[in-house]
Amino acid sequence: MSLLEIKNLRAEVNGNEILRGINLTVNLGEIHAIMGPNGSGKSTLAGVLAGRDAYTVTEGDVLYRGKDLFSLNPEERAREGLFLAFQYPVEIPGVNNSYFLKAALNAVRKYRGLEELDAMDFLKLIKSKLKLIEMDESFLNRPVNEGFSGGEKKRNEIFHMAVLDPVLSILDETDSGLDIDALRIVADGVNKLRSKENASIIVTHYQRLLNYIIPDVVHVLVDGRIVKSGTKDLAVELESRGYDWVKEETAQAV
Amino acid sequence: MNADQNQIENLATQEYKYGFVSDIESDTVAPGLSEEVIRMISLKKEEPEWLLQWRLKAYRHWKTMTEPHWPNVKFAPIDYQAIAYYSAPKQKIRPKNLNEVDPELVKTYEKLGIPLKEQEWLAGVAVDAVFDSVSVATTFKEKLKDLGIIFCSFSEAVREHPDLIKQYLGSVVPQNDNFFAALNSAVFTDGSFCFIPKGVHCPMELSTYFRINAADTGQFERTLIVAEEGAYVSYLEGCTAPMRDTNQLHAAVVEIVSHANAQVKYSTVQNWYPGDKEGRGGIFNFVTKRGKCTGDSSKISWTQVETGSAITWKYPSVLLVGDNSVGEFYSVAVVNNYQQADTGTKMIHIGKNTHSTIVSKGISAGRGQNSYRGLVEVKKGAVHARNFSQCDSLLLGDKCGAHTFPYIEVKNTSSKVEHEASTSKIGEDQIFYCKQRGLSAEDAVNMIVNGFCKEVFRELPMEFAVEAQKLLGVSLEGSVG
Repeated sequence: MSLLEIKNLRAEVNGNEILRGINLTVNLGEIHAIMGPNGSGKSTLAGVLAGRDAYTVTEGDVLYRGKDLFSLNPEERAREGLFLAFQYPVEIPGVNNSYFLKAALNAVRKYRGLEELDAMDFLKLIKSKLKLIEMDESFLNRPVNEGFSGGEKKRNEIFHMAVLDPVLSILDETDSGLDIDALRIVADGVNKLRSKENASIIVTHYQRLLNYIIPDVVHVLVDGRIVKSGTKDLAVELESRGYDWVKEETAQAV
Repeated sequence: MNADQNQIENLATQEYKYGFVSDIESDTVAPGLSEEVIRMISLKKEEPEWLLQWRLKAYRHWKTMTEPHWPNVKFAPIDYQAIAYYSAPKQKIRPKNLNEVDPELVKTYEKLGIPLKEQEWLAGVAVDAVFDSVSVATTFKEKLKDLGIIFCSFSEAVREHPDLIKQYLGSVVPQNDNFFAALNSAVFTDGSFCFIPKGVHCPMELSTYFRINAADTGQFERTLIVAEEGAYVSYLEGCTAPMRDTNQLHAAVVEIVSHANAQVKYSTVQNWYPGDKEGRGGIFNFVTKRGKCTGDSSKISWTQVETGSAITWKYPSVLLVGDNSVGEFYSVAVVNNYQQADTGTKMIHIGKNTHSTIVSKGISAGRGQNSYRGLVEVKKGAVHARNFSQCDSLLLGDKCGAHTFPYIEVKNTSSKVEHEASTSKIGEDQIFYCKQRGLSAEDAVNMIVNGFCKEVFRELPMEFAVEAQKLLGVSLEGSVG
């Protein structure tokens, strides 16, 4: 059984169809990159999978761990191990980052029938995760994303990911707005968390993140459809040639 | 309406936990207000003649006043002749110690989470329990007495310490200050009195718990706190009432006097019955609270968490008379369903280099209306005075309202006054972010609201901060959008 199976997924925003029949299968242990020009539907796909309200699914099925994804509400999807690293992480003023994570982790553990972690065990856990992804402890006691720089926000997303230990991570343009050092830290984090027990979908506009995170499959999304799939070499080709040739190729094929 | 909104609206329907009525035989006077009733209250309380005259003077003045309707709240005129002005649980003898208190009363307070047995209380808190019109018990009195601290019911203070009462009663809130203060001065029945002598740091929190039980009664308590030179005290008040369909009036007066280098910290967690979802019943909480920093370098700090009452109308204020004195006001006011609040503070800068800080957090949900109203007045002689005010409003849903009425009057050129204000809606983005991390919508809202109030909660004593957070969650159940 595949971890994620998307079949002919169509979705719209305010009556505008954005996704026009997506087919995608992701197995455990795999990293998929989804690339595409602006407005091609990359973030919509991430949002639909996470359960954002703004989108209406009009057609298609998504099976996640054998379950109908759309029968689960957003928090249930999260508790089932689906994680979205936000393109624009949200600020929650006054709420301590570690307090927030403890509440989140315990909600997830409770759903899975595990015992909730007490403060001591939790502290041990997050400190080990911080070490793993080479982030300093100042992240723990600051309010969630409040006053964070763009790069810090993205790194905080990876921190959340490390603590919650998801099965399927979707990274939505996590590389945007990052300088090269921050990019490397984020990529190192993702690589360290990579295992045979999980999988990732990396949504990106640029190829540069894929220099650090080597994907198993690269998909090109144009006008709401995956028009081409290939190996990491496809990403390199896109970087040098742009997206127009794929579009033309697709147009000829139709 | 989207799924988030639905879920959040469902949260807001939690019941008021403290709405029970205790079956206690009480001695209640017939409704109505007259000089005769005031004489009777005074007689029942075995008061000295001067206090009776003081009450009567207040009453005569009150009769010349009209019920004010200037705040941003709506209520039908109150029939003052329909209220009973005195109700006391019948106790054959005045209890000399806690063991003699009526077991039914002890049970009531246990149900409220306020055990009156000292050994069961947190070691650091002394409690005065006020039931309807009278104080029923005060804990840790003896221990405090060793330090020279007086903490007792107001009635007892009148009997045991008449000179102090005579000296300070009405010294901060004059009898004729306003309509409700005048009414209170005429008919007040009990309350707490605290006196911290020179140089003494009160080692425990002093706390008064007010409970309205009888129907159709008003509660008019009077609290007086005096901190002598260099003294320190932290005082907390809590309140609840049964659920009833009619409105009940609570018109209290709190006076604080802080002498040179003294500090008084006054915290309120107000959870009077707020009325039902349709706006029926609930307490009218019309209260005058004021402190006077009489001495140099004295400090008074108000912290309030106002979650209950059908209408909350009060402005805990500080008169900064002494040079270098400091006034603070930290407030969280929550309105849900049909609750209304018009609350804020007055900081009156009179002495030199006086400082004041105002942090107000208003949360509106359901059809609630929440107003911040505050005055910062800097007199001519208050050179180099400073004020910082911050008023933030959070809206949950689209049928509620938040209003801000800041008044600023500065009469000299060396002072600095800052005012910051913000209004925000609880964001669907924020809720979605929390849900994506596995939190329920309910937990998400609680977390966001508590984060919003953090600056105020951290001013509360630890145990009460936890209580306040829980209360906030309950108050907002079934709200938001």
